[in-house]
Amino acid sequence: MIAIGMEGSANKLGIGIMLHPKDGSPPQVLANIRHTYVSPPGEGFLPKDTARHHRLWVVKLVKQALKEAKVSVDDVDCICFTKGPGMGAPLQSVVVAARMLSLLWGKELVGVNHCVGHIEMGRLITGATNPVVLYVSGGNTQVIAYSSQRYRIFGETLDMAVGNCLDRFARTLHISNDPAPGYNIEQLAKQGKQLVDLPYVVKGMDCSFSGILAAIDGLAKQWGLGGEEKAREDEQKAIDFTTAADQTLESKPTRADLCFSLQETVFSMLVEITERAMAHVGSKQVLIVGGVGSNERLQEMMGIMARDRGGSVYATDERFCIDNGIMIAQAGMLAYGTGFRTPLSESTCTQRFRTDEVFVKWRD
Amino acid sequence: MEEYKPPALPSPFNNTTPPPILLTQGAEAHLYKTISLNPSIPAALKIRPSKPYRHPILDRRLTRQRITSEARCLAKLIREGVSVPAVLALDWEGHGGEEGGWGGAWLMMEWIDGPVIRVVLEQWEAWMKQNVGSLDQSQIESEEARVRGLLRKMGAAIGILHKAGVVHGDLTTSNLMLRPFKDASGVVDGTSSPSMEGDVVLIDFGLASQSNQDEDRAVDLYVLERAIGSTHPRSEPLFEELIMGYRDSYKGAQSALKRLEDVRLRGRKRSMLG
Repeated sequence: MIAIGMEGSANKLGIGIMLHPKDGSPPQVLANIRHTYVSPPGEGFLPKDTARHHRLWVVKLVKQALKEAKVSVDDVDCICFTKGPGMGAPLQSVVVAARMLSLLWGKELVGVNHCVGHIEMGRLITGATNPVVLYVSGGNTQVIAYSSQRYRIFGETLDMAVGNCLDRFARTLHISNDPAPGYNIEQLAKQGKQLVDLPYVVKGMDCSFSGILAAIDGLAKQWGLGGEEKAREDEQKAIDFTTAADQTLESKPTRADLCFSLQETVFSMLVEITERAMAHVGSKQVLIVGGVGSNERLQEMMGIMARDRGGSVYATDERFCIDNGIMIAQAGMLAYGTGFRTPLSESTCTQRFRTDEVFVKWRD
Repeated sequence: MEEYKPPALPSPFNNTTPPPILLTQGAEAHLYKTISLNPSIPAALKIRPSKPYRHPILDRRLTRQRITSEARCLAKLIREGVSVPAVLALDWEGHGGEEGGWGGAWLMMEWIDGPVIRVVLEQWEAWMKQNVGSLDQSQIESEEARVRGLLRKMGAAIGILHKAGVVHGDLTTSNLMLRPFKDASGVVDGTSSPSMEGDVVLIDFGLASQSNQDEDRAVDLYVLERAIGSTHPRSEPLFEELIMGYRDSYKGAQSALKRLEDVRLRGRKRSMLG
C-alpha cells in the first residue's frame, strides 16, 4: 500500500510518500521532501503569504516526490492531507491541491489530524510502544497519553505554544528565521552563562508562556538587546565570541544569556509536566515530537528526568520532528487500513481539531 | 522491569535507626515514615529531591519556594485550628548540617494515624457490592447515611480550610484522611462495613496557596468532584451531601458555591472525550 501525505498547516510545505508492504514488514519512507517559507528576521509568517508559498510549490513538490520515490501515479492507493489544526489559509491551499489530485487521479482522500500524525511518526521511527508524548511545536504544546482508543491530553498550554514563545523572542532579537528561529536560539543559547530570573508558570499539568515572553521581552528592552543593530553586532562578535564568554557572572546579561535563560526556564516547565503525567499514568517511556522536540537541550533534560525514573526518552531528528508529509501519510495509512475514508464532500479543513477527537481504531 | 532506586536520603535521615520507610513516590516528592526525636514519636517526612535536569539556580529557587510555601500554609492552618498535620521540622537548603550537601529540601510533619478516605470509600463500595443482595432497604439506607455523614464531614473540613484563607490546589480523596477517635478499635478486615468515625484531616499541601477568591475555592471543589466521580462511582450521587457540609461551615460558602456552578459549565478540558 502506498500513500502520499500532504502537510501544510504552518510555514512548512511537506510532501511524503510511504510504503506499507503487503507482507507486513516495516513501513518504508520512499520520499520525504519539504519546502519552508522563511520570513525575514524580525517578522513572523503571515497566513496569506504562507498560503501563496504553498500554492506556488505544491505541484512542484508532488512531482519531485513521485520521481524520488520511483513510483507512478497508478501505484498510489490514497492521498492523505492535514485536516487540522493549523493556520486557515495554508491548510486551505493544501486541501485544494489534495482534492485536485484526488479527482485527477481517481484516488481516495484521507483527512488526518496533524497532532496524531506527529505521534504516529514518532512511534514508527523510535519504536516506542506506549509512551507519554510531549508534543511541542510552534502551534501546539500538549502532554498526551494513549488510553482506550484515544490520545488523551493530560496537560497543555493555557495560552501560547512554547515554540511560538521562542519564535517571537527570536523576532525581538532579530535572529534569523533560517532554517528556523528556534534552531538559531538554541545555537545562541550555547554561549549563554548567566541565568536571569524569569517567571515559572506550571499549574498542575498545564503551563503558560505568555507571561514569560512579556518578561523576557521587557528584559531585552531594559538592557537594550533587541533590534536589528544588536543582531548585526552579534554576528561580528561571533567570530571571536571567547571574549563574550569570559564575562564574569552578575554582569549585564548578553543576548546569549537571555536565550539560555529562556530555554532553561521553559524546558524545565515542559519536563516537569511530562514527569507529572508519567507518574500519573505509570509509564516509563517519553516520546518527544514536534519542531521544538528537535532541540538537543530539551532532549538532554528529558533524558536526565527519564533516567532518574528508570525510563528512557525517545526523540527523532529534524527530518521527522519538524512538520513533514510522511507523518501525514503514516497516520493516514493507519486509518485507511481500518477502512477510514474522507469523502470529497467532507474534505474540508479546520483550524481547531483537538487530538482527543480522533477515534484511534488502529491501536488496542 | 528494572528496579527503581529512590535518591539517597539527605542527612540526618541517612543514619537514623530504624531507617525511614518509603511510602509513596510522586513526581515531585517522596513520602517517608520516620521518627521524630524519640523512637515512640512517628513522623511523616516529605522529601523534595533536587531535579538534576534543571539548572541548579532554578532548581533551588523552585524547591525552596514550594517547600516553604507548603510549610507556611500548614503553620497558618494549625494556628487557625484546621485539622492538618503539624510542621515539626523543615530544611529548605537541604544541607543537613553539611556543606554543599544539596539533595533537595525536606519537611517533617506530624504522623496522622488512619486510612485515607479513598481507601475507606473503596472498601465501602466493595463491601456494598458484595452484600447489597442480603441487605434490606432500611439497612441500605443506614449504610448510605453513614457515607453521607462522612461526606458532610469532608465538606465541613474543606469549608474550614477555605475560611482560613487557604486553597488546597489538589483535592482528591487520597489527600483527605480519616483519623479515628482515640477509643475506637479501628478494625478493618473487609468482613464488616468500614468505620467512618473520626476526624477528617487534610494532607499534602504541595500545590496549596493562600487565597480568598471564590474562583480558587470553587476550582478546589470542582477538582474534588471530578476526582470522586472517576474513582468512586457509587459515592458520586452523594456529592451533594459534601456541598451541604461545606455550605454550613462558613459564611462565604454560599458565594463560592455559586461560582462552582460557573466552573462546572466552563470546564477547561472542553472536548476531553470520555
